[in-house]
Amino acid sequence: MTKGAKMRRFVVGLAALTFLVPAAARAASTEADFKSALAAAEAAEKDAGALKNQWTTTAQALAAAKKAAAGSDFATAVKQAQQAEALAKASIAQAKEQETAWKEAVVH
Amino acid sequence: MFGAKMLRAVFATVGVLLLGLAQSAAADSVNPQADFKAFRDYFTKRFPNVPLNDFVNGPYSMDADLRKQWTAIEDFPPYQFALDKGQEMFATPFKNGKTYGDCFANKGIGIRQNYPYFDDKTGEVVTLELALNRCRQANGEEPFSYVKDDMAALTAYMAFTSRGKLFDIKIPNDPRALAAYENGKKYFYTRRGQLNFSCASCHVQSPGEHIRTEVLAPALGILAAMPIYRSEWGGMGTISRRFVTCNSQVRGVPLEPQDENYRDVEYYLSYMSNGLPISGPGSRP
Repeated sequence: MTKGAKMRRFVVGLAALTFLVPAAARAASTEADFKSALAAAEAAEKDAGALKNQWTTTAQALAAAKKAAAGSDFATAVKQAQQAEALAKASIAQAKEQETAWKEAVVH
Repeated sequence: MFGAKMLRAVFATVGVLLLGLAQSAAADSVNPQADFKAFRDYFTKRFPNVPLNDFVNGPYSMDADLRKQWTAIEDFPPYQFALDKGQEMFATPFKNGKTYGDCFANKGIGIRQNYPYFDDKTGEVVTLELALNRCRQANGEEPFSYVKDDMAALTAYMAFTSRGKLFDIKIPNDPRALAAYENGKKYFYTRRGQLNFSCASCHVQSPGEHIRTEVLAPALGILAAMPIYRSEWGGMGTISRRFVTCNSQVRGVPLEPQDENYRDVEYYLSYMSNGLPISGPGSRP
């Protein structure tokens, strides 16, 4: 696979992770659903932090989730938390991919 | 005869395998001198009309119109207030009577080109910003923020006293120094943030190109003008500030200023600029 094809696949993967929010979020959400989604997102974000590769958009989605939950809008809260988890996982995937891929860009 | 042929074939195969392994090891080994040559060649071949020393002028070396604006601005440089403040701060004694000059070689005058350096006692890269705050703390003073204001003023003055002196960054033959250099190189080329950009995406692959209204600066010599007054910031900023904002711009959470990765990437980039003149403090759009 060419470098360009690899990059395209990576970018498409990121987009899919970012925008394909699971159908569960569309159903009526409860506070328990939010807590579960938030815990998953925060765990993923912690892993991204250990790799020193967090994204600002993950933090924004987490903040939006907490704000929605504070207003008892759990449907939005769950959706935002799931978005945050997807973003955090994408940042982890990026860090792992770049662990070796950075060498391809070095000037020789 | 068949046995001899077989033996020769085995030897040949082993030889090829060993050669491959040796090449692979060489590719993975740390070789700052070879990197330096490749980096320098890349920029000078890509921009054959830019005089070598002009790369330190960043976007102005890439864009004639921008250069005209800059030369006009330099009549009343926007970093002048910071420079004056830095000069005064530098001469003002701490509460214990000592000064910044007591912490540095040559009393801190004309030494910017030697930073960052690898400290073989602590096994880490020491930047000028880090050295200044350590100087303050060693003399009973609180450290400054690394990103602007006082730190920018001090480094502006120290850069000014070093204008025209050539970057002279040493990478000792010490595995720890080589590891720091390689880590800086890795950080420079690693894509990060939701936008999936590396430092190199802009400053190696795209210098001279526009991102919105900005002209991207070449990585060669990119730290020579630091600290800078940026119109975008409405004030002065240090090297730490530049790294932090670069990360934010690609939607990555920045590291703490003077994080080991930032110091290492400064080490790498400064070494790549060896032989180019210090031009700071500078101004950028």
